[in-house]
Amino acid sequence: MSVNYGSKRIVVGAHYGLRDWLSQRVTAALMALFTIALLAQLVFTKGPIGYDVWAGIFSAQWMKVLTFSIIVALAWHVWVGVRDIFMDYIQPVGLRLVLQVFTIVWLVGCAGWGIQVLWRL
Amino acid sequence: MTELAKKRPEFRNINAFKDLTTYRMTPAAWVSILHRASGVIMFLLLPFILWMFDTSVSSEISFAKFKAVFNAGAGLVPGWFFKLLALALIWAYLHHFTAGLRHIWMDISHDAVSKEFGKTSALATLAISIGLTLVLGAKLFGLY
Repeated sequence: MSVNYGSKRIVVGAHYGLRDWLSQRVTAALMALFTIALLAQLVFTKGPIGYDVWAGIFSAQWMKVLTFSIIVALAWHVWVGVRDIFMDYIQPVGLRLVLQVFTIVWLVGCAGWGIQVLWRL
Repeated sequence: MTELAKKRPEFRNINAFKDLTTYRMTPAAWVSILHRASGVIMFLLLPFILWMFDTSVSSEISFAKFKAVFNAGAGLVPGWFFKLLALALIWAYLHHFTAGLRHIWMDISHDAVSKEFGKTSALATLAISIGLTLVLGAKLFGLY
């Protein structure tokens, strides 16, 4: 992986796509752990879960930091997955590019929204 | 030379309408396509997920609004429709989660990629995701 641009750029072969594959697994594992961490906090709550409990979970600083990285992981994971789907089903290059650009804008926008909600707490 | 001149069978791309409907998919094939479908559902419903996160967590007033949307509806859209959307998300998440764990398991273990394990783990994935969806769906629609 020394030089990977220009004429030296790897576009085919066994290692092309390894980074996407690995990042999808790593982000998936992170999100799974986050799910368990969130569920554990809900399960170990005594009494009914109202606004105070629910907002209290996300207002802790460590939870904000964790949720922030999970939002980034989610956007990254979705990007790899949706790009896979486009590569499988959308053959015209122009249409595929338009859809990919739309997906990036959509995901960055949604991530921004989530982060804004988080840091308002 | 006559052997070569004989017309060989042609295999073209499948026709989505004629061929896909006659396919008998194995449990692993169902898990695979549903993994993709559930991912697309969650991708498209991302604004709804963020709206739920926003209203449920921002303030006491927005939390009350969040609950009201599911119970009384919003505008012309009835509450059960939002519950249905939530149920779709519940299924999509459970399926994507379970099938994803199966995926990672298969990446890690060589024993998990056998034909037999592929079938049993696919059936287990479907049983877990559909079973939990029914349990949580019944709770969502107030059956218990």
